[in-house]
Amino acid sequence: MAVDNIIELKNISLFFPGVKALDSVDLDVRKGEIHILLGENGAGKSSLVKTICGVYKQNNGAMILDGETYSPQNPLAAIQSGIRVVYQEFNLLSYLSIAENIFFEKLPRKNGLVDFKRLNADARKLMDKVGLNQVSPKAPVESLGVAQMQLVEIAKALSGDSRVLILDEPTATLMPDEIDTLFDLLKTLRDEGVSIIYISHRLNEIFRIGDRVSVLRNGKMVGTHPAEELDIKSIVKMMVGRSMENEYPFDETVTPGDPLLEVNNLIFKGSPHPKSFTLRKGEILGIAGLVGSGRTETMRALFGADPKDAGEVILHGNTLNIQSPRNAVQSGLCLLTEDRKQQGLILDMNCVENTTITDLGSVSSRGFLNKQAEREATEKQIREMNIKTPGIDQKTLYLSGGNQQKILIGKWLFRDSEVFIFDEPTRGIDVGAKYEIYLLLWKLAAMGRGIIMVSSDLPELMGVCHRIAVFSDGKITGELERKDFDAESILTLSYKEYLHA
Amino acid sequence: MSEKSRLRSVVNIFLKEVGIGVVLLVLVVAFSLGAPRFFSIINVANIFTQISINTVIAVGMTFVILLGGIDLSVGSVLALCSIIAGKILVNPELSFGMAIVLSVLVSVVSGMLIGLINGFISETWKIHSFIVTLGMLNIARGLALQISQSRTIFNFPKAFNDFGTTTYFGVLPAIFLIALILVILGSIILRNTVFGRMIFAIGNNEESVRLSGHNVKFYKILAYTICGGTVGIATIMYMLRMSIASPILGVGFELNAIAAVVIGGTSMSGGKGSLVGTFLGASIMGVLNNGLLLIGMGDFARQIVTGVIIILAVILDTYRTRFSAMLND
Repeated sequence: MAVDNIIELKNISLFFPGVKALDSVDLDVRKGEIHILLGENGAGKSSLVKTICGVYKQNNGAMILDGETYSPQNPLAAIQSGIRVVYQEFNLLSYLSIAENIFFEKLPRKNGLVDFKRLNADARKLMDKVGLNQVSPKAPVESLGVAQMQLVEIAKALSGDSRVLILDEPTATLMPDEIDTLFDLLKTLRDEGVSIIYISHRLNEIFRIGDRVSVLRNGKMVGTHPAEELDIKSIVKMMVGRSMENEYPFDETVTPGDPLLEVNNLIFKGSPHPKSFTLRKGEILGIAGLVGSGRTETMRALFGADPKDAGEVILHGNTLNIQSPRNAVQSGLCLLTEDRKQQGLILDMNCVENTTITDLGSVSSRGFLNKQAEREATEKQIREMNIKTPGIDQKTLYLSGGNQQKILIGKWLFRDSEVFIFDEPTRGIDVGAKYEIYLLLWKLAAMGRGIIMVSSDLPELMGVCHRIAVFSDGKITGELERKDFDAESILTLSYKEYLHA
Repeated sequence: MSEKSRLRSVVNIFLKEVGIGVVLLVLVVAFSLGAPRFFSIINVANIFTQISINTVIAVGMTFVILLGGIDLSVGSVLALCSIIAGKILVNPELSFGMAIVLSVLVSVVSGMLIGLINGFISETWKIHSFIVTLGMLNIARGLALQISQSRTIFNFPKAFNDFGTTTYFGVLPAIFLIALILVILGSIILRNTVFGRMIFAIGNNEESVRLSGHNVKFYKILAYTICGGTVGIATIMYMLRMSIASPILGVGFELNAIAAVVIGGTSMSGGKGSLVGTFLGASIMGVLNNGLLLIGMGDFARQIVTGVIIILAVILDTYRTRFSAMLND
């Protein structure tokens, strides 16, 4: 019954250096169904979508679109085949009108000029269809609210002969009534024969609009089931159900001591729920949660990288007044940002310059640098951390991801901070380097430092941390001691705030 | 160090510093062959004098451009400083020595103050320095005209004028020595001080420097202040050379200084460059101007050639960068 399927993926594999993003994935989407795609952070959802819409080329496997072999060479080819994606971030040109945005790829023309009459009339029809009937097609996109922009994106996706519509987290920024409108629209589209692949973190939405559900885990397809056969519990189980291998170091002899850092009722722009947590000496505190649940933002606010509205930060019993990263660093905190290249390393500068930047005072006198001392300190760091580089004069741009990360950790070791906040320290680096970074975290813990580790890799957190705090939609929904670690309960906590729409 | 990486670093240094020097060398040789008078002692001393003021302004400009900023106000600020210093210099109530010391001091401090204002506004309200200093360009020029009532000041003390025309060993004019000292001093600051390291680091990745716990704003404002200070020094040098102070001095000086910095290989987006390069850049411009004149090229044609050279130098620089990246891959 191949005719019933609009698109079939057979045995799709996708590799990146050191990572298997997709591993022999099979998926079939029927004509006129809403197919929900689920999976944890990094399970392969985005990779799968990007393969379908021609951004990535699979290393293995084949795709069939409406009975014919489908092999898009680029995103444009996918669009021409009737596959449209509405991404989480808008791709709209805010100063152009709604109509111009919807038909940007194929503006109707007359005598070489844009035929605005037809453009606006065509846009009107699509806008009515998606429920944008109260706005003029001539209105600039910047005058719209987020929900309306979302609808413009969908109208744009429908502007061609769309056969498959892929929506990536479309409800993340919508209000409940706007979600209702969107769901009505999606159901209408489905009944008209459009197939929809729908990605969301909000598990409750599955039962409202989903026909079938597919779950990805570690780049593998766990299974596809009709939505009515599933409940939240079984879905979480499908997402988690991996075997926990003993690939993480945990040192029983290092036990957390007295409280080191206390954060009380931290509030900042866009996150009205007060957040409190405590970090003890020699403790590795894991921060779990979905991407976008406020983990990074909380750490940045704590560190003074972004302004905070309220909240108390206490280190060693002393209340700190952190207004800027400078205050935080001087108080003994450090933050390793999730974005190594934009906010961490100075890529065009060498290992020495990147290492000593956190404490130039210790390698200078009266403002003059002692370059010999700088070099010795860096060489020591590189030796101790086993950083692989042709020399300390190498620009960090040319180091591998793992070694770049080690340089970053090294620069904060050079300063000898008391509280280390690591945001996704192992993202995008190979297994060997990951393990070395875990060992480094443990070394710091053994030295009595406090470590906060934000990670989207749940097994990693469970393997390395003493304690895990779980974030969900800007709230801390729970804290678990190591003996209570359990992937299912952590995931349930992660999704908790997304359940009530 | 392996044989290959040693070779690589030698090639790198060659490309980085010497590359632009080769261009200068070629120009000098070509002009020496084309115009016999070019390499005479008198003419060399002449070139040294001609490049001094641009070099000094370009030193300050290098600090600002290394941060990814720009200072368009330097020419007008020079005029304003000259008026203030000139008024002090011809003040009959002040003694000879006092007038000279005071005028130098006030000129430098005024320049620094304006630089500080430029930096403070640009950093506090996050306005690109292009806009802020464009405004300051007009403000300073207007102030200079206002204060002076658009009159030129002259009749400086004789000792002052004499120093301006002093030449040591027949080829080293006093004001060129000042320029040279500033290039060396600036180089030491950029290479060997914490402040210098911050300039490069901020120019490369400001956010990373901020997150490393540094007061980025302070360092940036300091760089603009230094740039203003060099303009204050350049003002005195100009007055030494010309023996006048006038509100219409320095028109277009900002463009010459920027050209010298860019020819010298400093990246307009910041983070990459050197003062040795800037000095060579200013030298190339001076040699071109002088040499083309000696081989009989007219004013208009000279301007065209200078423009072409600026663009060529930057094109050359992109190849240099690409080539050096290739070596490192």
